[in-house]
Amino acid sequence: MRKTTNQKAWFMVLPMLVLVAFSAIIPLMTVVNYSVQDTFGNNEFFWVGLEWFEEILASERVHDALIRQIIFTLIILAIEVPLGIFVALNMPKKSGLWTTLCLVLIALPLLIPWNVVGTIWQIFGRIDIGLLGYMLDQLGFDYNYTQDATDAWITIIIMDVWHWTSLVVLLCYAGLKSIPDAYYQAAKIDQASRWSIFRYIELPKMKGVLLIAILLRFMDSFMIYTEPFVVTGGGPGNATTFLSIDLVKMAIGQFDLGPAAAFSLIYFLVILLISWVFYTVMVQSDKGAGA
Amino acid sequence: MAKITLSNLAHSYQKNPETENDYALKTLNHVWEDGAAYALLGPSGCGKTTLLNIISGLLKPSKGQVLFNEQDVTEKKTAERNIAQVFQFPVVYDTMTVYENLAFPLKNRNLKPAYIESRVHEIARIIDAEDILTKKAKELTADIKQKISLGRGLVREDVNAILFDEPLTVIDPHMKWQLRTQLKALHQNLGHTMIYVTHDQTEALTFADKVVVMSMGVVVQIGTPEELFEKPQHTFVGYFIGSPGMNILNADVVGNKAIIGNHEIILNNGYKNLQGKLELGIRPEYVRLTDNPDDLPITINRVEDVGHYKIVRATHQGQDINIILKEETGISENMRYVSFDKARTNIYTDDWLVTP
Amino acid sequence: MKINKSALVMTLYILFLMLPIYWLINMSLKTNQEILSGFSLWPENLTFDNYLVIFTDASWYGGYINSITYVLMNTVISISVALPAAYAFSRYNFMGDKHLFFWLLTNRMAPPAVFALPFFQLYSSIGLFDTHIAVALAHTLFNVPLAVWILEGFMRGVPKEIDETAYIDGYGFFTFFRKIFMPLIASGVGVAAFFCFMFSWVELLLSRTLTSVDAKSIAATMTRTVSASGLDWGVLAAAGVLTIIPGALVIYFVRNHIARGFALGRV
Repeated sequence: MRKTTNQKAWFMVLPMLVLVAFSAIIPLMTVVNYSVQDTFGNNEFFWVGLEWFEEILASERVHDALIRQIIFTLIILAIEVPLGIFVALNMPKKSGLWTTLCLVLIALPLLIPWNVVGTIWQIFGRIDIGLLGYMLDQLGFDYNYTQDATDAWITIIIMDVWHWTSLVVLLCYAGLKSIPDAYYQAAKIDQASRWSIFRYIELPKMKGVLLIAILLRFMDSFMIYTEPFVVTGGGPGNATTFLSIDLVKMAIGQFDLGPAAAFSLIYFLVILLISWVFYTVMVQSDKGAGA
Repeated sequence: MAKITLSNLAHSYQKNPETENDYALKTLNHVWEDGAAYALLGPSGCGKTTLLNIISGLLKPSKGQVLFNEQDVTEKKTAERNIAQVFQFPVVYDTMTVYENLAFPLKNRNLKPAYIESRVHEIARIIDAEDILTKKAKELTADIKQKISLGRGLVREDVNAILFDEPLTVIDPHMKWQLRTQLKALHQNLGHTMIYVTHDQTEALTFADKVVVMSMGVVVQIGTPEELFEKPQHTFVGYFIGSPGMNILNADVVGNKAIIGNHEIILNNGYKNLQGKLELGIRPEYVRLTDNPDDLPITINRVEDVGHYKIVRATHQGQDINIILKEETGISENMRYVSFDKARTNIYTDDWLVTP
Repeated sequence: MKINKSALVMTLYILFLMLPIYWLINMSLKTNQEILSGFSLWPENLTFDNYLVIFTDASWYGGYINSITYVLMNTVISISVALPAAYAFSRYNFMGDKHLFFWLLTNRMAPPAVFALPFFQLYSSIGLFDTHIAVALAHTLFNVPLAVWILEGFMRGVPKEIDETAYIDGYGFFTFFRKIFMPLIASGVGVAAFFCFMFSWVELLLSRTLTSVDAKSIAATMTRTVSASGLDWGVLAAAGVLTIIPGALVIYFVRNHIARGFALGRV
């Protein structure tokens, strides 16, 4: 859209700016403040420079959490994105009761508080009272997510797929709905194969929303805290201790403010960096679509 | 290339159509001759796109059959019918280059690469797109995109028919004229059966050998542009074709006299026992302005000068009469009457032309 | 044939989504004794006692009231500051607008875990700890950026000529905004409100950190109950079921906008 230059527009942004500054900048400054100081209690702080950053960057515990985090995010993206596209392609095309029902039921997991999602799967996976755990146990699998690290991972991944695939489905569905019928008709006339239709018509039209989906899923899975916290508490051992869980343990559990603050900043920067790459690609493709 | 026969064809978008009004396309029998260029003309919502989609197989008719060269294809899918279609809005594959777009229908039919290459270059030359073959389709403007869609429609040599669904809607006026001329030339070179849907009479009349005029799901006339002009079979055709359209006046007809208001007009032919709503139709081109008090008196409201001719907007007892005059014709104070060219005067009952 | 295959895929997927929820409902209708004594696919002794516990115990139903209170406060605050900001971003160029917009989005990317402790100290120091407004303000951290982003997307879809025509017709800015512009982006406001509601309703970490007694959210109540009394599965399941209901209601109201809404107005 053609925009006019108007510096007074700052006044419209101002309320938002004050509010977000209050909830973002002040706390962030606190974090920065802690990250360069140490304390012996009694509110006595002294300057330690970048020591905490060096400690965190060298810390094996943080490395392990980061590696777990990256593996987790990659796995759930590798499952949720293709599955989401696949389900979206099978969504009913005509509007009607069945479509509305599908949409409402699909969206439902997204609106469940995250700790309840955790609770649901905590119960569902238990071998004594949960449907999934009980069934697996009856089928002869040695399944126990509180004892076995692999089982814990599988449970958390299935839970995340259950919880978030719908977001990818709904985004792709919105993209698919914006394709005019004429494209499908032309494809029929050109004798395009099902794969060609997907590759040359559906995928290009879904690209924009798909990028949003991947960005959101990346960010949210990289920050995941509540669901694994409720299901496994980060265990067994540290098997499912992802970055946020580790950070909260460090900050609120052990009250190691300095290292936790340095950890926070590094964590934030990593997400920012990756998201910035996504954002740039997205804006670029937005321009491409507008031309 | 094929002759296309529509036999007792009708279509309704409802599941269980009951009355005639439930049909978007009312019962129709028609043969599209092999190698001819047809235009399907009518206002929006008259059923022309429905008819086109039935021929291409995107829509299955509720009743009747579609035959390609005497072979029943009603149950066949679009891809099996071997037709090409160009849509109202440009449909191009955005991520492909122009070359890949043009080659796509050929590649899907597993033709030889050497043939594909020569054919794509030939079509590119025809649609004047040789210098953009390597460009990505999404970088093009809407009218170039539409040219590419046209090209994709023309690229296969063996198609039974090429269907155009208002293909020039998004094109600039001067490009429109150019593309239409190219299409016409292409038709003469390639000899495909072409069906061209439009609501623009100029487009229809310049493109087609025969024009099919539709209104409210009914084909009201099929004819050459000249027939549509001289002998409209239906008042709708008279009104829709021509600018301004035919004058349609309520009249009583007894023998060879037509009575409009309390004025009598002598006709060339005699008519017997006409029933229903009677109307007299006369093109504005065949109405003469006179100063003879024996003719039909009118009130002139306005004279529009449109360059090479004048349109006189007049009324007779509340009924509109338009008259087209040559540019140089003067209009004097006492020219308050009109007379009609007897040979070009048509009589309609219930909107349909009556033959004497 | 093709339709059947699609319907099959959809049915299987929905089954996968619904099964765990069914199991939660199933458990909420059993007594603790039945839950622990054996395995059954449906309640044999149907009981509503678990729900009765929640509706009669203030520490339980209070949690719902607290949650709803701060969620609504947050939605109102987020939308009211996001509206003018989104309008500015969608209509004007101004110094630093692009950087500001990106900075705004970075807040959506901030892990709540990073902010938990600083928020705790900030709100404690200004005496807002354990109040609804504290949680509502904390949640604006990620809801305001999201609301601005969504609204900007919808507003960009409204041609600028509409603004200009309105000014020519003699409307002042505020009359124009209220009478002409708002109705045009009503669905965008609905979608933005839906997302604010959603993300505020589902969040646990901040709401738990910032409250203790008076403004304790239902999510916090649930997690604390688990650790304290341990195994009251029936009541826990019932509480879980009740947290799904507001979400289900909200989805039902926006059902016709879900698809476009989740695409954040960018389709």
